[in-house]
Amino acid sequence: MAHLNATPVLEPGQDRTMILNMGPQHPSTHGVLRVILEIDGETIVRIMPDIGYLHTGIEKTCEAKFYQQVVPLTDRIDYLCPMTNNLCYVLAVEKLLGLEIPPKAQWLRVLLNELTRINSHLVWLGTHAMDIGALTVFLYCFREREDILRLFEAVSGQRMMTSYFRIGGVALEPPLDFFDRVRDFANRFPSKVDEYENLLTGNPIWVMRTKGVAKITAEDAIALGASGPTLRGSGVDIDLRRDMPYSGYENFKFKVPLAQEGDVFARYQCRVQELRESIAIVQQALDGMPQGPIKADAPKVVLPDREKMKTQMEALIYHFKIITEGFSVPAGEVYQAVESPRGEMGYYVVSDGTAKPYRVHMRSACLANLQLLEKMCEGRLIADVVAAIGSIDIVLGEIDR
Amino acid sequence: MPLAPAITDLEQLKEHPAIVRLRGWNPSSVVGAKFDRDEMSIYVERSLIREACALLRDDAKCPFNYLADVTCVDWYPAEPRFEVVYHLLSIPNKERVRLKVRLSGDSPAVESVTPIWPSANFFEREVYDLFGVRFTGHPYLRRIQMPETWEGHPLRKDYPVEGYR
Repeated sequence: MAHLNATPVLEPGQDRTMILNMGPQHPSTHGVLRVILEIDGETIVRIMPDIGYLHTGIEKTCEAKFYQQVVPLTDRIDYLCPMTNNLCYVLAVEKLLGLEIPPKAQWLRVLLNELTRINSHLVWLGTHAMDIGALTVFLYCFREREDILRLFEAVSGQRMMTSYFRIGGVALEPPLDFFDRVRDFANRFPSKVDEYENLLTGNPIWVMRTKGVAKITAEDAIALGASGPTLRGSGVDIDLRRDMPYSGYENFKFKVPLAQEGDVFARYQCRVQELRESIAIVQQALDGMPQGPIKADAPKVVLPDREKMKTQMEALIYHFKIITEGFSVPAGEVYQAVESPRGEMGYYVVSDGTAKPYRVHMRSACLANLQLLEKMCEGRLIADVVAAIGSIDIVLGEIDR
Repeated sequence: MPLAPAITDLEQLKEHPAIVRLRGWNPSSVVGAKFDRDEMSIYVERSLIREACALLRDDAKCPFNYLADVTCVDWYPAEPRFEVVYHLLSIPNKERVRLKVRLSGDSPAVESVTPIWPSANFFEREVYDLFGVRFTGHPYLRRIQMPETWEGHPLRKDYPVEGYR
């Protein structure tokens, strides 16, 4: 929204060029991204993203809440991967507190995180293909996404804004048939990925629209702060789940898909392969799911079970204190990064020793990835901008916060 | 798992490769360090931050070649009021380090690191927008999240959460 009332951001440089506004209401900008283009005929001379239309000041709001009250806010930052946001925030606070999390909670978190990744990639694949003109894929992707949302609803009571991870563990025991339902989904899903690939990977129109389009070299991608599949599509081999493991990811075996070309097709391939790897991680998590508690043994931080509150005076007192006063966190600062579907999501949490965070900052993968747009699109056609925006998988909620 | 106390003594931390590198180049570049919860923070002299970043990026043994994030913390009413925080990542070595620069409250300004990492562009614009810290040498220092005509910098601690009504 930065430039609504002010001077135009771009002015035509030469007589031949003109300024074109794309968005914030354009369907291919996935929400409220405004892109200002200087064009010479159909060719892009300059391009500049303008963001801020969805700025809600979540970082400021966090400073006025207790630590546990921030969890529902994190869902709303990147609304396509709420569990990843939850995870990143609770890991940061747990690191500040020095809390040990029981294995079952860690494995549950990994399982749900990978389902979230699939969910997010399905929305990306459907909308990206739709932007480029392949409408059918969208319907197929949303069919499977619906299954995942039902699983989320079963486990947390919510389809999208789950807030299921809590500081010290997870909110509830999953329902009895939950793991069977996940296994059923995990067995079905690989054949569905084949279906998507049948529609796209060899499709000559898809290949023409994506191969060689919006290329970015590994050096440029690193210098411009790209991460996630956008970076791996240019051949940089880094995945935080494998290289800096968190929440027990060191116990899982998976490949990190790489592609060398750095174009839209390479990023497409990376993400589609990630779908397969994620479902493999889900299978492993189901096979090895440990038994035991789902919350850490820290009565001052973790809310007691409902049953205990009815029989034990102490549990009732702790419940009352956590709800009314929060819990104090030792002073310090932590930067926790996780591999979100879009790249490196980081939470920088500063504590001054009170019950409210002194500062919460979210490192947004999309915000950094969006800076690649200029390098990707200059000298190319307007239609390629649509493919490029889709290929970096933007979520404006995360960019603007 | 009880928390280990933070180490803030520079002498104990002088073995860290990034500190060795910075002090070898200019002994006055490092004004402090902290090792807390397995994370390394280095306080860098304000006027030397751009050169320090370039030095760490081009290090042969442990190149911190990726700028993950730039943000700021407001310690109002303490002085120096602002801390600009840079999170660096070494992609070959899978290591992180945090650089910090302290700035005073009246007209806070620091050199931009956009010549070192173009990725700092949006991050620094956001810090400028929400904290009012100026980055000298930034190619396009304008508000990014708030409207251009907005008054004040919302993430400052003396800015009310509900805003001015």
